[in-house]
Amino acid sequence: MSYEPKIIAFCCNWCSYAAADLAGISRMEYPSNIRIIRVMCSGMVHPETVVEAFNLGADGIMVLG
Amino acid sequence: MTLSEVTGVSGSEGNFTVAVKEHPRYVDMSKCIACGECAAKCPKQVDDAYNASTKKRKAVFVKYSQAVPLKYQIDADQCIYLQKPGKCGFCAKVCPAGAINFEDKEKNHEINVGSIILAPGFQTFDPKDAGIWGYGTLPNVITSMQLERYCSATGPTEGHLIRPSDGKPARKVAFLQCVGSRDENKCGNGYCSSVCCMYAIKEAVIAKDHVPGLQTTIFFMDMRTHGKDFDRYYQRAKTESGVRFMRCRVHGVEPHGKDGDLRLHYINEEGRQVEEYYDMVVLSVGLQTPKPVVRLARDLGIQLTSGNFAATSNFMPVLTSKPGIFTCGSFAGPKDIPQSVIEGSAAAAGAANLLATARNTLTRDKTFPAERDISTEEPKIGVFVCHCGSNIAGVVDVAAVADYAATLPGVAHVERNLFTCSQDTQDLMVNLIKEKGLNRVVVAACTPRTHEPLFRETLKSAGINEYLFEMANIRNQNSWVHAKEPAKATTKAKDLIRMAVAKVSPQVPLRQLSVPVTRSALVIGGGLAGMTAALNLADQGFPVHMVEKSDQLGGFARMLDHTWKGDEIKPQLANMTARIENHYNITLHLQSEVKEVEGYVGNFRTTVQNKAGDKTVIEHGAGIVATGGRRFRPLQEYGYGEIKGVYTGIEFDTLRKAGDVNVREGKTFVFIQCVGSRQKDRPYCSKVCCTHSVQSAIRLKKEDANRKVYILYRDIRTYGERELLYKEARQLGVIFINYELHGKPLVKHDMAGIQVEVWDHVLHRPLFISADVVILAEAILANQDGKKIGQLFKIPVDADGFFQEAHAKLRPVDFVTDGMFVAGLAHYPKPVEESIAQAMAASARAATLLSKESITLEAIKATVDVDNCDGCALCLDVCPFSAISLMENTDNEGKISRRIDINKAQCKGCGLCQGTCPKRGVFVAGFSLDQINRQVAAALAG
Repeated sequence: MSYEPKIIAFCCNWCSYAAADLAGISRMEYPSNIRIIRVMCSGMVHPETVVEAFNLGADGIMVLG
Repeated sequence: MTLSEVTGVSGSEGNFTVAVKEHPRYVDMSKCIACGECAAKCPKQVDDAYNASTKKRKAVFVKYSQAVPLKYQIDADQCIYLQKPGKCGFCAKVCPAGAINFEDKEKNHEINVGSIILAPGFQTFDPKDAGIWGYGTLPNVITSMQLERYCSATGPTEGHLIRPSDGKPARKVAFLQCVGSRDENKCGNGYCSSVCCMYAIKEAVIAKDHVPGLQTTIFFMDMRTHGKDFDRYYQRAKTESGVRFMRCRVHGVEPHGKDGDLRLHYINEEGRQVEEYYDMVVLSVGLQTPKPVVRLARDLGIQLTSGNFAATSNFMPVLTSKPGIFTCGSFAGPKDIPQSVIEGSAAAAGAANLLATARNTLTRDKTFPAERDISTEEPKIGVFVCHCGSNIAGVVDVAAVADYAATLPGVAHVERNLFTCSQDTQDLMVNLIKEKGLNRVVVAACTPRTHEPLFRETLKSAGINEYLFEMANIRNQNSWVHAKEPAKATTKAKDLIRMAVAKVSPQVPLRQLSVPVTRSALVIGGGLAGMTAALNLADQGFPVHMVEKSDQLGGFARMLDHTWKGDEIKPQLANMTARIENHYNITLHLQSEVKEVEGYVGNFRTTVQNKAGDKTVIEHGAGIVATGGRRFRPLQEYGYGEIKGVYTGIEFDTLRKAGDVNVREGKTFVFIQCVGSRQKDRPYCSKVCCTHSVQSAIRLKKEDANRKVYILYRDIRTYGERELLYKEARQLGVIFINYELHGKPLVKHDMAGIQVEVWDHVLHRPLFISADVVILAEAILANQDGKKIGQLFKIPVDADGFFQEAHAKLRPVDFVTDGMFVAGLAHYPKPVEESIAQAMAASARAATLLSKESITLEAIKATVDVDNCDGCALCLDVCPFSAISLMENTDNEGKISRRIDINKAQCKGCGLCQGTCPKRGVFVAGFSLDQINRQVAAALAG
């Protein structure tokens, strides 16, 4: 099986999370190996969480806000 | 009520009967889930009006992807079935929710209301009929609306700017301004549409972002960027984005060759004939009132202006000629978003004033059962997996997902539903929560942004805390975007549910806070804006304290004579002053200043000190900052203060009224515009000076037609219907001469009198004018007190010293600090009617607070972890809402400890504190670090 990276995306409820919803409404397509975590502001994401995610095997992390 | 139109109005102020015709939608809104199956199958293609015909839509459609309500509708004129019953009907066959209803009928309603607000909006000018720009015949000539769609991610090309003729990327684009504005020959619209200069600059900058290397040129007559921060944007477009600006009106577009290129022929500022070739030409189309709206206005008996806008007085800018009927937005004159939003609130203030006695007489409270205490229970999670018809189930193996969910720790029950949001499923959920004793709920369906409120209500109805809930977004962020990868989408759905379960397990009940409101207001500043706001609030029944620094009311407006529509200001001020002095709801504090401020939204305690040093503590729920502005004194410029006969605009008004001999007998008058405005140290437009000078010039000419009157200007900014004044001045023979910032006019004094030298662009030589009087159109400055007041109330001021609103477009009278509002010159230079509209808007916004006995605040708030917080205070600086303070405690043994304290009323739950804290000393309830970490761990556990 080919290598598939695991991507975690922290999305701000007010912008990027809404944009991800809109991508769905518009039926845009993107790879399925991304897991979105909704936060109330991208500034809420703690550096510790990011390090922890890498430790647990995440290959890429996006903080979108 | 959507798809509805007003067909008649009877009655009068306080008691209108409105006849409304509701057109059939042919789609049952209660059933439609906006999945789009119907449109996918509909065979009928139609020009899409939302996309300015750059794209097709189907006969069954949703206007645009963010439409509210997000429900489909059938275009009856285009639908094959509705035109020929029996044919087609595919949509009804494929709709998973059974929402299509071809039998839907027109409905007529009669509504009894006390007041009406007319906000019918505008349409853009259609340049087709004028012919000269080639619109409609040359495919690469498009309107600004079409360009907007080409640059949009949801537009016809997903944001790629291409030429409509051949699909090639555009490399060179010209914008032509004033198409359908300032033009009585080709369209009959003599007025300026106010917004096109700014939107053209924005579009040029955005287009350049989309296409690296794109060349853009804007052909304009006067660059009208008079709004707050607009001139800065204009300068940045020039210097940073490289947008080229050419002062010239181009009178035609011609095809060049067979490849769709376009030729523009124009005369530049040096008087040379120039030919240039472009890939695309964008017409900056103006705003006009749609014909049906004109008809409606006539039916309602509402007076219109010559430009077909609602006629209003400058003192009541949102009231139509008919009492009880208010207006706002571009129906009351072409205007941009901030001013439209301001007028929207202002119209609400007008209506609220009228209806104050009826407030809360028709409201009902919803009741819920008592909440079950779950504190001692282990998590018993119910997972509801939604099929969303085939929207989810058509891609995701929902049965496998449900089976998987049942294996997750803490999950006590799993249910699949065709539509989890339907009423029968809500009833089912309530019963299941009660029967099975569920104490957490996960719904795997669409998005919490639209459906979380619905499910929270369901939890409340079932007697458990509404926050014991989480959604897994397996539609918008899964089945809809991975439709071609069902296996992967199924895996992802499982992961998303695992993450939601992990997050909801440690969730504890949260309570919304209720904060009592002191139902009175403080208005700081007794100028026109402050007086308007105070009177509106007082008339609505709220006690108002008004604090004014000087010994009299009126502020800047005391120096003014007339509004641009000719209304006399002084009698109006006298009338308002008398009303304020006698109003039972207004306490006036003259010669007083704000000294101290404590508290927060709904509960401010402000200390005011008068001249004698006496202090008064005022308790108030809301505050309006209307501290005004002041005028610039141009010392060291244009001989002001040195040469007799050189005055500022306001001084000139006073002298003229006093019958000063120099003015009375003067033969030559020179106005110099932008004195202190639009230059390096003050890079903003003072907005009112062009209209003021033009008006003064008209008066001088009307008094004596033999007088020579010159206006030396950089851009004449007589926006909206003020343009008619500019035209009148030109007709009366006022001479307008353009100058540039680098070539300011020179004012000298010699034996013969005052000499003004200015470079004439038409004659290509310096022009010398012997003047009797030189009038300097001085800038409006921010008040020096602004910073001090800003610090006291924790509200920001901008680089120019004006108060910074919460959002330039959408919240133009609010501050980031809840409960505080801004109006008038304190916000930005503006004319009388805009100050009044903003003051009414501030009053309306304050009244939304003051009309309640208490305010309910969302429970997602920062909370201190008392064991972990050591008072390092790192979070204090990052909090954008100043909600955190540092507390010092001394325990019984005299040991001092520090800890932060969060004002929940000010906290918005953004969690910047949580993201900053190195010690886990603060967390946001519902989004704690622990919960987010659990989600991450769950996401990576698969």
